[in-house]
Formats: sequence, structure tokens, C-alpha cells
Amino acid sequence: MNEAVFPQPAGEPVAQPTPAPPLGLLAELTHRCPLRCTYCSNPLQLDGRSSELDTETWKRVFSEAADLGVIHIHLSGGEPTARKDIVELTRHASEVGLYTNLITSGVGVSDDKLDALLEAGCDHIQLSLQGADAQITELVGGYRGGFEKKEAFARSVVERGFPLTLNAVIHRMNIHQVPQMIQKAVDFGAKRLEIAHTQYYGWALKNRAQLMPAREDVDRTITKVEEARERLKGTLVIDAVFPDYYAKYPKLCNGGWGARTLSVTPAGRALPCHAAETIKHLEFWSVQDHSIADIWSSSPAFEAYRGTSWMKEPCRSCERRHIDFGGCRCQALALTGDAANTDPACIKSDMHQRLGEIATTESSAVVDPGAAVYRGFRAG
Amino acid sequence: MTEIADTTIPKLPHGVKFREDKVRGNFILVGPERIFNADGVATEILKRVDGKSDFGTIVRSLAEVFAADEATIRPDVASFLVDLSDKQMVTL
Repeated sequence: MNEAVFPQPAGEPVAQPTPAPPLGLLAELTHRCPLRCTYCSNPLQLDGRSSELDTETWKRVFSEAADLGVIHIHLSGGEPTARKDIVELTRHASEVGLYTNLITSGVGVSDDKLDALLEAGCDHIQLSLQGADAQITELVGGYRGGFEKKEAFARSVVERGFPLTLNAVIHRMNIHQVPQMIQKAVDFGAKRLEIAHTQYYGWALKNRAQLMPAREDVDRTITKVEEARERLKGTLVIDAVFPDYYAKYPKLCNGGWGARTLSVTPAGRALPCHAAETIKHLEFWSVQDHSIADIWSSSPAFEAYRGTSWMKEPCRSCERRHIDFGGCRCQALALTGDAANTDPACIKSDMHQRLGEIATTESSAVVDPGAAVYRGFRAG
Repeated sequence: MTEIADTTIPKLPHGVKFREDKVRGNFILVGPERIFNADGVATEILKRVDGKSDFGTIVRSLAEVFAADEATIRPDVASFLVDLSDKQMVTL
């Protein structure tokens, strides 16, 4: 979520209060996907088709989420339209009052399927963009003909009068194309563009040395995005996330742990964030055993890093602890070995300088697409 | 200075919804990755953005409800709607 609308209560909670209800649910309907992106942020171990939740369970999850106060549902994956029941699920989400966002690669979605999804109440479509032309798109996504299919899909959405967001994940192989991507978004008739620098979890962490952009390129991109934002006011909204390896302070990850959003994996595990399963000691509850309301209020994984009482120094006494909650727990674990440490993106972390050095070293190597490992669907 | 002609009909674009949030007890304007909490005044304005009423009608109606002078509230209502229009949450 980009707009802070429900401020977190200030001050140190004494007892564990009932948490404010979540705003967003990321429903990862399947891990199956036609693309093989090198930056994929899904876990190394994917959920197989046979372990996917059935239609009725997802419908129950959507109803429970709406009752609890969820506003936005993001139907995602993998490629959510790979599910045969995607239209039925979309209809149910819409019927229970959720704002329904379909996050898709757009490469396998026919016009008939699109019509059915829109008729079923899909409110908004988010299309992934790997590059501004065929060459880069294929290089990054490992899917031949992907760009042409994406362009045709984008135009189909816009022709039908529906709002389209393009989501471009940025890294060293495509950072030079940001201005062209902005132009493509305008040409396609998209209303929004997300310039989202790669977050280094899961598959993307594996490929970090091939993905990390140079600081000068990031700085140049920030300037270009700011210029375009002003120039295209009223035509295109541009939201941008920049890589935190070069930041001074960490990001407010997901609006705070267990504060605003939750994810449900294809097999039904409920996570405080998309990457949370990398924190092995956490106990995740499944939607097959618990309601969304119970999970939100009482699941050990959600309680583990909610609020500030779990913090160590320097977070515990930090004046920014209610601003960014010490950054990202998954990144803290991946880089320092302890999820309760300060995210190294923070200047107060012992590892902060090292993080900048990693980024500088890795980004200075020549891009070698052959060294990037394409995602394959090898589920457990 | 932001101005809107009296004959302009503000609309909610496709993909933007104005609805009651019963769990939190208020009204919200919802778009892609966006939620605006509407306070009392914003709620009264947005309830009148029905795709039929023009700006002049909306201002007159609000002036009546709040027992305010039309000329006084007109710039405030205009800047509220122009701001939402810049964010693609309202079409003018």
C-alpha cells in the first residue's frame, strides 16, 4: 500500500492489543507461471499444483478477509489465470466487496478470458513488464514473443475501458530502459506505472550479482522518474520503489509486520509478508486449519515481529522505530543471520557499510545474461 | 488557483469505488493500491460525485447542507476534486 491511511497507534503497547484489521490480502493462487524471470521473488521451493487450495477454500478465505476489513485483494502467483477457476474466484471476491486486482504476466490471457474476468467484477489489472522492447523482455523473462503478447493484452484491457497498471521490476539488465518504459506506459494507455526495483529475496537473491544496478544509474533513474511524474500529471501516476542497498534508512516493509497486509501461499500458509517463510523458526498457520481473523490476531508468525516489543538495540530506543519498524525482517535474517537485528539498509546497522560495498562490487561487473539463472517450475 | 467550470460533471473513473467501510465506520475512496479515508466533508462531496451532477449543482447542494456561502466553499471543493483528479481518483 502506498498511502498511509490508518495510522498505527503511537506509544509502546503494554499488553498485546487486538491489532487493527488488515487492508490488503495477497492471494498467491498458484506458483505455476509461463515466465522464468531471473528476478522472481517467490521462494526457492515452490508449491506444486497438487498442493494448491481448492476453489471453496479460497472463496471462504476471501469472505473471511472481507469480513475482517480487507479492502484490496491481489490475485497473484505465479500466473493466477493458470487456475481454471480464476473467473469464479474473481466473481466471489467482487461479490463479497473486495477491490479485486489481477496481477498477471498477460502472456496467456485470451480476449475471451479477459472479458469473462472483467464481467465477473475484476476492478483493476496489473500487468508485469520486463523491458521496453522484445529483446530485453525475452532476456529477462525467458519467454519468446512475450513483449508482443503483453502489448496486445495491455491494449485489450484499455480498449475495454478498464484501468491498467504496468509493474516494471527494475535491475541492471533493464535500468537503462526506464524512460522508454514510461513512454510505453503512456502509449499503451496505462493509468499507473510502478517502477519497482528488485527486492532481493528468494530467486532474486540468488541472482543478485546479475541484477544489482550501479548507484549512478539508480540516481539517474530517480531524476528521470521525478521529471516524468511532473510532466505526466493527470495522465500517468508513477509509483517508484528504489533499491534499499543504497539507502540511508530501511523501507517500511509492508506497512509494518502484521500491520496492514497478509499473504496466503498456493498451499494455504498465511504469511505476514511474501518472503516470510525464509525465517525458518516462525510457525505459520494454514487457512485450512484457521480462519483469517484467528490468524491475524493470534498466529505466532504474525505476533513474532508485530509492533516494537521484539526489538533489540539500536532499534529499541531509535526515534524512527514507529516509522520503519527496523525495516525488513527477512532482509535482516538473510544478511545478518538474525531476523530481529536492524535491517542492514539502516545506517545504524553494523552491516550498513558492508551492504553498500556488496552493491557497489556486484553492480560494477559487466552484465552477463548467461550467468543469470532462469526460474524453472520445479515444485516440491 | 484551481477552478472547475460549473457545467463540468465530475465522475469516478472505472476502477475507483466510493463505499462505506463498515468495519472501520467510515467512507473510503478505493483505487488501485490507493485508499483515501474520507472525513465528514469529503464524504459529503464524494456522495455527490454521482456521474450526473455538475460541479455547480454539487457546490449549491453542499452550501445548503453546511449552511455556508457558495463563493466561500467553491475553491475548497474545487481544489479537493482537482487534487483527486491529479491522482486519477476522479475524472473532471
